[in-house]
Amino acid sequence: FQASRAASLLPQLLLRRRPASAGAFALLARPASSASGGLPPLTTEIHPGIKRGAFSQLTDADVSAFEAIVGGDHVIKDADEVLSYNIDWLRICRGQGQLVLRPKTTEEVSAIVRHCNKRRLAVVPQGGNTGLVGGSVPLFDEIVISTSRMNSLLSIDPVSGVLVAEAGCVLEQLDREAASQGLMMPLDLGAKGSCQIGGNLATNAGGLRLLRYGSLRGTTLGLEAVLPTGQVLDCLTTLRKDNTGYDIKQLLIGSEGTLGIITKAAILCPARPKSVQLAFLGLDSFQAVLDTYRLARRSLGEILSAFEFIDSESMRAVKQNLGLSCPLGEHSFYVLAETSGSNETHDREKLDGFIESVMSMDGCATDGTVAQDAGQFAHLWSLRERIVESLLVDGYEYKYDVSLPLADIYRLVEHMRTRLDGRVIRTAGYGHLGDGNLHLNFTTPKFDAKVLELIEPHVFDWVRDRRGSVSAEHGLGLKKSQYIRHSKADFAVRVMAEVKRLLDPNGIMNPYKVLPDE
Amino acid sequence: KYIHIINKADMAASKGLKILVGCKRVIDYAVKVRVKPDRSGVVTEGVKHSMNPFDEIAVEEAVRMKEKKLAGEAVAISVGPPQSQETLRTALAMGIDRAIHVEIPLAQLEKLQPIHVSKLLAKVCESEKPDLVILGKQAIDDDCNQTGQMLAALLDWPQATFASKIEPSQDSKQLRVTREVDGGLETIDVSVPAVVTSDLRLNEPRYATLPNIMKAKKKPLAKMSPDQLGVDLQPRQEVISVEDPPVRKAGAKVESVEDLVGKLREKGLVK
Repeated sequence: FQASRAASLLPQLLLRRRPASAGAFALLARPASSASGGLPPLTTEIHPGIKRGAFSQLTDADVSAFEAIVGGDHVIKDADEVLSYNIDWLRICRGQGQLVLRPKTTEEVSAIVRHCNKRRLAVVPQGGNTGLVGGSVPLFDEIVISTSRMNSLLSIDPVSGVLVAEAGCVLEQLDREAASQGLMMPLDLGAKGSCQIGGNLATNAGGLRLLRYGSLRGTTLGLEAVLPTGQVLDCLTTLRKDNTGYDIKQLLIGSEGTLGIITKAAILCPARPKSVQLAFLGLDSFQAVLDTYRLARRSLGEILSAFEFIDSESMRAVKQNLGLSCPLGEHSFYVLAETSGSNETHDREKLDGFIESVMSMDGCATDGTVAQDAGQFAHLWSLRERIVESLLVDGYEYKYDVSLPLADIYRLVEHMRTRLDGRVIRTAGYGHLGDGNLHLNFTTPKFDAKVLELIEPHVFDWVRDRRGSVSAEHGLGLKKSQYIRHSKADFAVRVMAEVKRLLDPNGIMNPYKVLPDE
Repeated sequence: KYIHIINKADMAASKGLKILVGCKRVIDYAVKVRVKPDRSGVVTEGVKHSMNPFDEIAVEEAVRMKEKKLAGEAVAISVGPPQSQETLRTALAMGIDRAIHVEIPLAQLEKLQPIHVSKLLAKVCESEKPDLVILGKQAIDDDCNQTGQMLAALLDWPQATFASKIEPSQDSKQLRVTREVDGGLETIDVSVPAVVTSDLRLNEPRYATLPNIMKAKKKPLAKMSPDQLGVDLQPRQEVISVEDPPVRKAGAKVESVEDLVGKLREKGLVK
């Protein structure tokens, strides 16, 4: 089987699966070519220490077996096409997978995995490929199993709010379907136009509204998955309460595709709010941000649905790199406070009260606006949702996602900014303030190993010393697996390894990810 | 007929033009409109509404003219249900000085037509005596594009529709308005008082700032009824039905010219 043809090809034919449709929110579009103008380096070059596991090599007999399962049309062998499945959205990883399979049903997935387990062939489950820690692409020659064709919405119950869908359904489309029944998906993230619900579950995706609707661990009522042995695990219940035995689906949620491939999910959808309001404020100190947050929780209370902060460097990036305009003047920080409720008059009154308090509080927001229509609403949100995209234009992005005590959040940004002064294009800090979750990004024109050395493990050590999480919501994937013990006790990690061994005796399911190699 | 001509010197010395801006509350342009099952209209209950985008542009232009000292006072007016007050508050938050709400009872709202609105506006102009009325060129719900023109006719004032630029004329005695027409741009001078309707490229509306949102609450908002203005709201038209546009049928791809000709023959389009 031809190897390395993909590596030598230029990116003119780089096929990117277009996200299903454009919504009211900005699409996450990758820049046409990265500033460095070429393919990302092979992941194996960036991580030379990782050795290929004792897996078999793909043979023509295997390919024929797969063709018999999914049909020849859905076995992708062409190097140009396979290349796009090997590169992650951030363009920091490039794998050497030779084959992509696109099954349509759970049975096909089960047959594929059973074959791979028998033959000891490594696989990588892939949904929308929007993960940010290199967990959704191969490292060596793993076979990619794409869930994109498993995109049927199975049912929506408008009374209970339970939505059942196949894993390959794009989040934004599910939200549209839910909207037609007066419901909404309980999570929302910038990647909504491309990410798939299976991947969202596998990564326990957080997003912009976790503050209000909680995490997928609470809103997922049931799921169906194919385990690494090929067996189908049917925990697809639509019951709100079911305390019968161990809740195995919780193992799969957040397992980042290392314990099985999720094929269906049952999600509890909240009622779609009749009134959504958005306030956008300019502040001049991080203390003001914290004070505004406290005020928001007190005066907006149960209708608060999102509280995000953006620093001046991030705002500069969206303005310079994407040409977006900010309706406020220059400030050190910006805050987006969103409310969602069932009564517009009531919510407006509460928001007015919040604004009055914010303006009269010492050192608090002096500059701000409230979205007057859907267009302004979408534009203001895009200033936050498109930050990642804007940083990619700089060239190479080093991404960090940590949980910290609120008071420490910006201290880390300032500390790292000083540490990397002169070595990076910018140090940007922003994130889900309400969840204590900081997104910290650095950019350089091209990947620079010296810069990476200055960042890691220092940034993780800093977080560990303050008992934070080295990965609040992005997961460990490939990029952070060796730092797991910064946030989890050693014994806990060993228990995780036992569970992995139990469910995946041959270790074929997304190897090299999540748990450290030992 | 020149009622009063104001030149730039006068404009600076005097209080500037008095502007009346029309605002309509419509279903927000980002919302997917759904037809009611009984086909009598579209669903408005529980649907997000906001100011007609062309009216936002009209409001922005009035505020800018105030900032340039061409205008002294800007008044916003809306003909609509009780919720139109929110639309007027948005206008006030953008910098309008005061607002007038002509409240239409819900029962008569669905049958309200541009002819009625223009008559109501004409009556208000009699008492308010503005120098310039700026309206959005059309509302995005009915797409009528009639109110501005009808109002000018009722008042016997000059009209400059589809404005993409408004400035004082060369001799500062009139307004020079650039209009977007099919052939390109047409520039005309109109004397005031006049009716101007705003087109998309006139300006980009500002965001309402927090201090202005707070100030807006205290700005005067007067209420009026059609009866007070002596305007009869008897409908002149009856809506028979409202339907979805026909679903687009899928096209078909053909492999060759022969196939194409064959298909065209099948459909009887070619002999």
